[in-house]
Amino acid sequence: MERRIGVFVCHCGSNIAGVVDVKRVAEELRKYPGVAYSTDYTYMCSDPGQNLVKDAIKKHDLTGVIVAACSPTLHETTFRRAGRAAGVNPYQVEIANIREHCSWVHQGEKEAATEKATRIIKTMVEKAVLDEALDPIAVPMTHRALVVGAGISGIQAALDIANAGYEVIVVEKDPSIGGHMAQLSETFPTLDCSQCIMTPKMVEVSQHPKIKLMTYSEIDDVSGYVGSFKVKIRKKAAYVDRDTCNGCGLCMEKCPAKTPSEFDEGLADRKAIYTPFPQAVPNKPVIDAEHCTYFLKDGKCGICQKICPVDAVDFEQKDEIIEEEVGAIIVATGYDLYPIENMGEYGGGKYEDVITSLQFERMLSASGPTGGEVLRPSDGEVPNEVVFLTCCGSRDPELHMPYCSKVCCMYLTKHAMLYKHKVHDGQAYVFYMDVRTAGKGYEEFYTRAAEEDDVLYVRGKVSKIFEEDGKVMVWGVDTLTGKKVEIAADLVVLGLATVPNVAAKELANKLKIHTDEWGFLAEAHPKLRPVESLSPGFYLAGAAQGPKDIPEAVAQASGAASKVADLFAEEEYHREPIIAVINDDTCAGCKVCVSVCPYDAAEFIEEDGVARIQEAICEGCGACIAACPSGSAQQRNLTDEQLYRMVSAALEG
Amino acid sequence: MKIPYYPGCTLHERARDFDVSARECAKALGVELEELPIWTCCGAVFPLVTDSVMDILAGVRNLEYASRIGDKLVTLCSFCYNVLKRTNRVMRDDLEKREKANLFLRADTAAREEVESYTKTDYTGQVEVLHYIEMLRDVVGFDELRKKVENGLGGLNVAPYYGCMLLRPKKEMEFDDPEQPTVFEDLLATLGCDIVDFPMKTECCGGFQIVNDEELAVMCSQNVVSSAIKRNADVIVTTCPLCRYNLDKKQEEMIERVRGFRRIPVIYFTQLLGLALGIDEEHIDFSDNYVDPRPVLAEKSLL
Ligand SMILES: Cc1cc2nc3c(=O)[nH]c(=O)nc-3n(C[C@H](O)[C@H](O)[C@H](O)COP(=O)(O)OP(=O)(O)OC[C@H]3O[C@@H](n4cnc5c(N)ncnc54)[C@H](O)[C@@H]3O)c2cc1C
Ligand code: SF4
Ligand code: SF4
Repeated sequence: MERRIGVFVCHCGSNIAGVVDVKRVAEELRKYPGVAYSTDYTYMCSDPGQNLVKDAIKKHDLTGVIVAACSPTLHETTFRRAGRAAGVNPYQVEIANIREHCSWVHQGEKEAATEKATRIIKTMVEKAVLDEALDPIAVPMTHRALVVGAGISGIQAALDIANAGYEVIVVEKDPSIGGHMAQLSETFPTLDCSQCIMTPKMVEVSQHPKIKLMTYSEIDDVSGYVGSFKVKIRKKAAYVDRDTCNGCGLCMEKCPAKTPSEFDEGLADRKAIYTPFPQAVPNKPVIDAEHCTYFLKDGKCGICQKICPVDAVDFEQKDEIIEEEVGAIIVATGYDLYPIENMGEYGGGKYEDVITSLQFERMLSASGPTGGEVLRPSDGEVPNEVVFLTCCGSRDPELHMPYCSKVCCMYLTKHAMLYKHKVHDGQAYVFYMDVRTAGKGYEEFYTRAAEEDDVLYVRGKVSKIFEEDGKVMVWGVDTLTGKKVEIAADLVVLGLATVPNVAAKELANKLKIHTDEWGFLAEAHPKLRPVESLSPGFYLAGAAQGPKDIPEAVAQASGAASKVADLFAEEEYHREPIIAVINDDTCAGCKVCVSVCPYDAAEFIEEDGVARIQEAICEGCGACIAACPSGSAQQRNLTDEQLYRMVSAALEG
Repeated sequence: MKIPYYPGCTLHERARDFDVSARECAKALGVELEELPIWTCCGAVFPLVTDSVMDILAGVRNLEYASRIGDKLVTLCSFCYNVLKRTNRVMRDDLEKREKANLFLRADTAAREEVESYTKTDYTGQVEVLHYIEMLRDVVGFDELRKKVENGLGGLNVAPYYGCMLLRPKKEMEFDDPEQPTVFEDLLATLGCDIVDFPMKTECCGGFQIVNDEELAVMCSQNVVSSAIKRNADVIVTTCPLCRYNLDKKQEEMIERVRGFRRIPVIYFTQLLGLALGIDEEHIDFSDNYVDPRPVLAEKSLL
């Protein structure tokens, strides 16, 4: 079929026309083979501009369109839509970028810029004459989401998706959902009780008819692609039939084996058969085989089994692999604290009375190991002087993490304030670099701590902490007076950096989604696509993507959930058709493409002896095309022939 | 086994006891410390200027001398160790400085005829700079060392003092964790000592400040000494002549400053090692110590 290309040169006000002689360019192109129509206009993207294209298509019977204007990232969609409206296949509408690639970088070189713009457009004409009409690839969509990690972010995302009417599978590695928020006492800046606002949501997750909750489970493997991921979930052996168990807790009372409680950050013990905390969801115990006498001593003990009234304990239980199919995956794996042992200068891990912020949080919690009393771990006494240190491991590119962990200034302020509420005549010091309070009500909260609760803020870093005469000596500097400060404290709380959950890094590798250099999940665009991963079908929520407080984590979770709902609104998922295809007739069956494809989209068909690209998976990266020795693999609408003609046009003359 | 050895100026002058005891101990452990046939001052302080190569040349020269006779270089003084190790790092990593320094070396050797049978190759940091403690740990091995201990030092409360130069900067020295180091303790444990963990073991002794601000330096060293005394140490051990001077000799001033100040001997770790290995007291040489360690050692039946 004869190709009739229309060329539309945009002035972009004076952005292009101020440098490029657009009239001359349009005229030049009119003479170029394949071009049936050529014109120029002030703003092609305006309504009249788009109408100009539509009218010309009809009037001149155009089969393809080239708009010579700004970058395709801006208006490609606009003009493809216009083309389609007038009967030209969107994939036969092309943009020639003569703004960013020409007028903007050649101001003051009018003649040369005009010549270059002409060439750029001719290059695109060469492509356009061979462009095929394509349709987006429709792939089936499973309207079920997977949420990995059930802290507040995962919980919020799951509830939002379920309330939108879609099924959700929630996978949580721990025996209970809740994440770190369940450990917190009261929350800044309003001091509402964390558990009180958290537990209703936890219960809702467990009872929602659309939510399938899988605790004590992990992701083993994920394959497939957006719309139809196949997920293998490992349900770890709990040695308790959690369906039969009625949660009476008799086993936990009688179990003789103890180990430090992770939930209480080691400040108290738990049993080998345990739920992490009394409001756990589900409130059914698991047996931790590493600390259980039965497993350690070849079947000696078994008290829990004997005492269980419903016979739920089952020492023979094995890990179980459960396969599920989902259309989208939200990763909400949260954070951990930077290891306290890394703070050698503060005697982290060495001195009992130098503790982590989460340990202090547990101490403040009414349901915590001290019943809400602030007590020194070493001797159980009420501390009279408590020092709080911000930026422990944060904002220290030389030795630790370069980034700001964002929540520590606020929670240490909260800690100092709550300590003062409990120990009225105690003294609280906060050493700080800056107090960062960018959040609604945060600055007021900080002012309140300093002014009403007499928390003493010292601007400076602490260089050394050591024990002396039963005190924790804190050596620091007050940079506002320029003086060295020495405090004989009773307790020191370290505001340790927020780092990604260790388990999350492993998971990201399995999912093949990107992380930043620290292991935080990478968003598709730092400003405009903050809740999506670059890999289609994966969404991010909460502190797994970067340090966050609860309001932000919840907002991001709801954002990710609405993106999933958006995706699920379609019956099928439509993918870009600009992908690789293999010519059966010339393929030699060498399988190079299969070995180079990073997405496992190239497969070898034994019975035909040739390779084939799976349309639903191919990302169009071009790896196989470059690798194929026989030239059988080609990118649609970017074939070798097109590229050759384009290069020739670009270099012509 | 022969290992090239760089004593440095101080060990040939004020700290002969350090040098002698180290050589004797090495011998007892089957290592011959082969002193570099020619060597000069290491430069004493690693230069902080980054745009000049002049200031590292002294170190480079010594390293290059070492490369002619072996692939390691053992040293004792913390300052020498710090300078040589960091200089060596520059020669390994900074290609531009490496090239300039080698241009100098070439001209230098050509000018001095005394080096005859020597085929010149560029110095690229190929020598491994070891502190004597590292030699004990990695070349001899603490397990081997334990077997050679004749007199266990049990009952002696020893405070290991690291100072700064062995440990910092962390990334360049790669010696031990600068905040909570343990290698010294591991060595002392091998000798059977009772180890005193005192928080000032990595604080500065005052260093060269003793020259221009004595008051400040004495304040620093007093802080270290008092901390060890408070934790019932019998002796403090060091790896550095300057630390030894500040901590030991300056107790003269501490007595003036602090009422009821109790003195404590400060000895080199090689002297303690010598005791443990059963080396003659004459080779360990306690005569240079300001606070005489002999009474306390005798009291613990170690002499
Ligand atoms: C001491 C302290 C005090 C704080 N106080 C406040 C406050 O007062 N107010 C406030 O707004 N914020 C506060 N924060 C911040 C708050 O804790 C976080 O914003 C919030 O917990 C983030 O929730 P999340 O769901 O993103 O992550 P998390 O709470 O970390 O939850 C992640 C969940 O994912 C699970 N998980 C991880 N990896 C996997 C895996 N591979 N497979 C399955 N499951 C996995 C984890 O087990 C966990 O349940 C505080 C933080 C600290 C450290
Ligand atoms: S077998 Fe014994 S130790 Fe193990 S969980 Fe049951 S009661 Fe505890
Ligand atoms: S690389 Fe080319 S020739 Fe080889 S199997 Fe793939 S398409 Fe066929």
